[in-house]
Amino acid sequence: MRPASGPGLVQGIEQTFSLAWRAIVQLKRNPWELGDYSFQPILFLLLFVYIFGGAVAGSVDDALTYMLPGIVVMNMMFVTVYVGHGLNTDLTGGYFDRLRALPVARWAPLAGRILADLVKQGWSIVLLLGLGWLMGFRMEAPIWGLAGMVALVLIFALAFSWLSVLVGVVARDPEHVQLFGFTALFPITFVSNVFVPVETLPGWLQGVVMANPVSILTDACRGLLLGGPWIGQALITLVWAVVLTAIFLPLSLRALRRRLK
Amino acid sequence: MSAPAIEAKGLVKRFGETLAVDDVDLVVPAGRVLGLLGPNGAGKTTTVRMLATLTEPDAGQAWVGGHDIVAEAHQVRRLIGLTGQFASVDQRLTGSENLMLIGRLLGQSRQTARQRAGELLERFELTDAADRPVQGYSGGMRRRLDLAASLVGNPHILFLDEPTTGLDPRARRQLWQLIGERVSDGTTVLLTTQYLEEADALADDIRVIDHGRVIAGGSPEELKQRIGARTLELRPEKRADLAAIARIMTELTGTEPEHHGGRLSVPAADSRVMPALVRKLDEAGIAPAELQLRSATLDEVFLALTGHPAESHDENPEQEQEQTP
Repeated sequence: MRPASGPGLVQGIEQTFSLAWRAIVQLKRNPWELGDYSFQPILFLLLFVYIFGGAVAGSVDDALTYMLPGIVVMNMMFVTVYVGHGLNTDLTGGYFDRLRALPVARWAPLAGRILADLVKQGWSIVLLLGLGWLMGFRMEAPIWGLAGMVALVLIFALAFSWLSVLVGVVARDPEHVQLFGFTALFPITFVSNVFVPVETLPGWLQGVVMANPVSILTDACRGLLLGGPWIGQALITLVWAVVLTAIFLPLSLRALRRRLK
Repeated sequence: MSAPAIEAKGLVKRFGETLAVDDVDLVVPAGRVLGLLGPNGAGKTTTVRMLATLTEPDAGQAWVGGHDIVAEAHQVRRLIGLTGQFASVDQRLTGSENLMLIGRLLGQSRQTARQRAGELLERFELTDAADRPVQGYSGGMRRRLDLAASLVGNPHILFLDEPTTGLDPRARRQLWQLIGERVSDGTTVLLTTQYLEEADALADDIRVIDHGRVIAGGSPEELKQRIGARTLELRPEKRADLAAIARIMTELTGTEPEHHGGRLSVPAADSRVMPALVRKLDEAGIAPAELQLRSATLDEVFLALTGHPAESHDENPEQEQEQTP
């Protein structure tokens, strides 16, 4: 490996912020991506609550209370796809090489992407909770519950992003990243308790749904927003975050090194 | 005399079974321009990628600005600028945002970065397009921005990988002029190109590279002497005259011309061949429909040097790596 002759930590952090700025400024010229952080969650929320809500939860109000935390989680999963998508665009388009030929900390391009992603995630969460509030959603827990819920979702997003990074490094082009993302994420997010109570499912499926980290995180979020139990589910979520990071961070970095060989 | 700006000894790079770069030695003295001339897939890009610290050599050593490209990669990166097929600008940022971002990454203050971006945009005639996203730029504008991006940090050593491939002649000349200005400021340049004309216009010294090996080298003049870098091409008004003209051309150049599609072409090392040919044709009462003395193409250079035309084989490291997971 290279000896530690790179830029210092402070410089690396400044570079990370510059690169995060870049990923956010880019949004101005990619309305599709911005739509995924804005219109898609709004659409999810309106469609599921107003169309299916009455049938699934008995009333639109109950549906909103039940589904909003899960839709936040589900949307977070979809937004992570853009970490891999952006990374792949840079790798295939040559921008990554431009960065690597500059005296930039080796970890800054990736860190910049992930930092930008957290900002985008934050934006989506605020948007969803704001719209939910307009539709009549009311928190029943104290304000720290909201802070805890946002923190938990962001921590999980950070961990789950490493899977997206791996896909972004391995995929041939950005379209494949998106295709893979959506194909994998639809079953993962729908085979969960985001929209329907577990009790309504066939027995064999209940086990799968209960084990799905999306369900666990969703339950923790419900507890944090609505004042139910949440500590146990939050702890399991954190364990999942650690496990996902422990698996996909080294795999991503190894794949990246190999691709850049 | 100070150490050379760029020096490579026995560089080797493999992609799976393919030997992309095979034992390449290069020396570029400070302030000089070296042109690497070769077809697609000859190993030019891979050589530049190694020297610009983007990929590590499998064998051999190289120093850029006196720093080892592997052990002191970071120091190398502070000295170099890179423009090429593979190092691009961000399509979704404006020209000005692109340059400012690079300035910031190089540690410039926000104000310095903005000022430097403005200077470069002006010098590269991009001021009008400064606030438009790059995705709407023409090919020539994009390349100019690309070159500007590699100059943000005022590098002493510049790597240009096929800087004008795919550009129209006007945009090409404009880019040559901009590169020429850098060179007269004392910047050392390593240039790769598929065009003899480009190497001739910019380089002090040329290395011809094929299948990863340097197969010939010298100043543009020496090389042109060796390979007859100009080609005399003639199309007579009457096809019946072809045989007579071929005889005259052989007599003047010592080489039998090639015939295809009603045209005769022959390498002409000496430009005085042209008036001589016109006189002889006139004496013989033959009228040419078209007559020109043009630069040899890469194919003709390769034919002269290797006896086979330039073969283009894909040198895309991305694809190479997909084949060898």
